[in-house]
Amino acid sequence: MALADPTRRAIFEKLATGGSSVADVARSLPVSQPAISQHLKVLKEAGLVRDEPEGRRRIYSIDPAGLGPLRQWLDRFWEGQLAAFKAFADSDAAAAAGPAKPEP
Amino acid sequence: MHRIEPAPVVKSVTVSASPARAFEIFASGMGDWWLKTHSLTTSGQKTVVVEPRAGGRWYEIGTAGEEKEWGRVLAYEPPHRILFAWQLNADWDFDPQFQTEVEVTFEAIADGGTTVRLEHRDLANYGAKAEEARGSLDTEGGWAGLLQAFAAKAG
Repeated sequence: MALADPTRRAIFEKLATGGSSVADVARSLPVSQPAISQHLKVLKEAGLVRDEPEGRRRIYSIDPAGLGPLRQWLDRFWEGQLAAFKAFADSDAAAAAGPAKPEP
Repeated sequence: MHRIEPAPVVKSVTVSASPARAFEIFASGMGDWWLKTHSLTTSGQKTVVVEPRAGGRWYEIGTAGEEKEWGRVLAYEPPHRILFAWQLNADWDFDPQFQTEVEVTFEAIADGGTTVRLEHRDLANYGAKAEEARGSLDTEGGWAGLLQAFAAKAG
């Protein structure tokens, strides 16, 4: 995954403390700017990071809609739970509509 | 410190039951519909308990009788709304110091059914815990460790 690479993880953790330009990231890590740009591209494609123009620079930050796999996991988790809830509630309603159903 | 504000997870379903009945099934009957594959018990989930009051416990009971805390009930307002504190951290451990909110609302629709909307919010708190935990974790620590733990559970 995108965060398995230690340099990308370091970049991601740097962005977790606030939005940063490529130059900002380069100042805090012993990595060249072109390499950082490449890593940011991977993080962006993984949906973990987004960028916005600010003057002539681009500011990178953690994608608030993403939060990576954790948020995606929760999304799928609740999708499944609500589907199970619906299946149970609808069968319960169907049974209730029929003749005399004892309350549980 | 910049605070990460991830969008909440929002889901909704429409059921044919009335809001009152849907609320009852959701809260009192959670153990009847909860997917038993998602359980923290070692013996397998027997049921889930939502204590019907603000301040109540939210927990599951295993077939061997053991109890596993999930969080608390913050608001219990049948037939409209229930608000939970979800206190399972990214490692699936109950942590009373950790809290995200799960709000479920029940809205009547024209044909007598109900739209049930669920919002899991304050997800930034996962990030806050990750920041806090980073120092004590090894090389797999920090964000990546937490995210990988989640990915592994999700697998």
